[in-house]
Amino acid sequence: MSAAMTARRDTPSAIELHGVHKRFGHVEAVKGIDLDIASGEIVAFLGPNGAGKTSTIDIILGLSRPNEGSVSVYGLEPRQAISRGLVSAVLQTGGLLKDLTVGETARYTASLFAQTKPVADVLKRAGIADIADRLVGKCSGGEQQRLRFAMALLPDPELLILDEPTTGMDVEGRRSFWTSIRQDAELGRTVLFATHYLEEADAYADRIILIRHGQIVADGTSAEVKALASGRTVRATLPGADETKLHEIPGVDTVEVRGDTVLLHASDSDAVARYLLNNTQAHDLEITTRALEDAFIALTSDDTEASHTGAMSS
Amino acid sequence: MTTGTFGASGVSSRRVPPLGGLNLTALSIEVRRLLRNKRTAIFAVIMPCVLFLAFGLNKAYANQGNGRGTYGNVSAFILISMALYGSVLATTSGGAMVSIERAAGWSRQLRLTPLAPPAYIFIKMLTAMVLGAASVLAVFIVGVATGKPSMPVWLWIVSALCVWVGSLIFAAFGLFMGYLLPTENAMQFLGFALLLFSFGGGLFIPLSQFPHVLQVIAEFTPLYGLNQLVHAPLLNGSVHVAWVGNAVAWLVIFAGGAAWRFRKDTGRV
Repeated sequence: MSAAMTARRDTPSAIELHGVHKRFGHVEAVKGIDLDIASGEIVAFLGPNGAGKTSTIDIILGLSRPNEGSVSVYGLEPRQAISRGLVSAVLQTGGLLKDLTVGETARYTASLFAQTKPVADVLKRAGIADIADRLVGKCSGGEQQRLRFAMALLPDPELLILDEPTTGMDVEGRRSFWTSIRQDAELGRTVLFATHYLEEADAYADRIILIRHGQIVADGTSAEVKALASGRTVRATLPGADETKLHEIPGVDTVEVRGDTVLLHASDSDAVARYLLNNTQAHDLEITTRALEDAFIALTSDDTEASHTGAMSS
Repeated sequence: MTTGTFGASGVSSRRVPPLGGLNLTALSIEVRRLLRNKRTAIFAVIMPCVLFLAFGLNKAYANQGNGRGTYGNVSAFILISMALYGSVLATTSGGAMVSIERAAGWSRQLRLTPLAPPAYIFIKMLTAMVLGAASVLAVFIVGVATGKPSMPVWLWIVSALCVWVGSLIFAAFGLFMGYLLPTENAMQFLGFALLLFSFGGGLFIPLSQFPHVLQVIAEFTPLYGLNQLVHAPLLNGSVHVAWVGNAVAWLVIFAGGAAWRFRKDTGRV
């Protein structure tokens, strides 16, 4: 374990972004992202549509240039990293020629790199060796996705970037896909995947980065992010509430006073409830919890007063 | 713990391919793909042959007519015209394939590989030229088979080469249009444009039969200079500066346009 840690320190970060901004006309898609992803991490990029996930991924892949800030992939410019086969990606859709066969597409791709794994092995691993002679245009959506995955694996990349990789896959396909990704990650491959499936990020990522409006709003292990978001809200009727005093209650993160109603967001809602009932005139207490899904919504939506479902009164 | 195949050693041992990723495997797959596309093959290879059979075998054309065949007969003159038409059609559609590849997201996919953009353009130009060669060869073989065109052996070779090399201008045209036009109607538009250019260049009807105003306009169209140049060896070898000027000017316009759109494309996507 310690040997692995030392090895890790010698390697430059897989991805390093500093103050990255990206504008499209007047729209700012990425508003100052700083990111440092170590070699061997599995990182989920979570966020609603239009949050800037794809724009950021495009920058990491060198498909677009940031207006400000710096990007490096294994200490190199993105384009340099790609031409060395260090990074590859499975993008959302397209990217295939219908009039090539599966085998030709893979051999064509392999021929462009200095070194690759044997094409036959990669096709076999992706489960498409038996359809190598089929025209891509005659393949199902799932088969095409497997081909895209095979193409990304050909250079045996250090860093694999996946944009919504399991869209359109069935449950079984999704499970076997992630099993194979995890196997590689155990050998030290770095994986960055964008998703809007919260369970997927939760189950397979070592680290979750929540992105919203082109900025990172949360970054940590799955447990950390969940703790950050899945605290509870204590709601009570408390006329003449003193906001500063409420802030001082141990475990309270945010305080909101709406007329006679106070809303306290807290990681330890029991302690807050106990305090309110014992030390104040608060009544009609209600504790609402957030489902995982709502935690995501709460952290990534515009409205900080996002409605909380799964209400639980006490 | 497992000894990883990834990590520090993996990063430093990675190499960049030579020639920006250009290689024979990719080229051969591109050519095979081109031949698989039946519509392109029919248009660029079979059609000019049919046109030659339809227009080049008139009995009177066996003679040397009004200076149209100093070293050969009129049938040979028409053979060269049809080979040029086919070759230009072939190289244009070959170049315009970038339009399909952009729409399919293939160009973007290739940017996730070491393939350098100039190497990609080179592959496209080269495959376009392969199709062009197929077209010229087909027309010339049909010509030989009919036994009607007559010219010295060296002229068959020189004329074929002139047609083939000259059609490079239209590989650039195809690329330019491929980057400029939406896929759905790129080929229809190009087919029509080439037909107009062919009339303007005098490939189908001698320009002397046009009204004077049209003749003047025709001299500025993209196939005019090239058509005169590829027939020059057959006639008497004399070359007008205006022909060379026309061909070079259009080459610069098409190649410049392709480079401009290409740079815009790679900058944006």
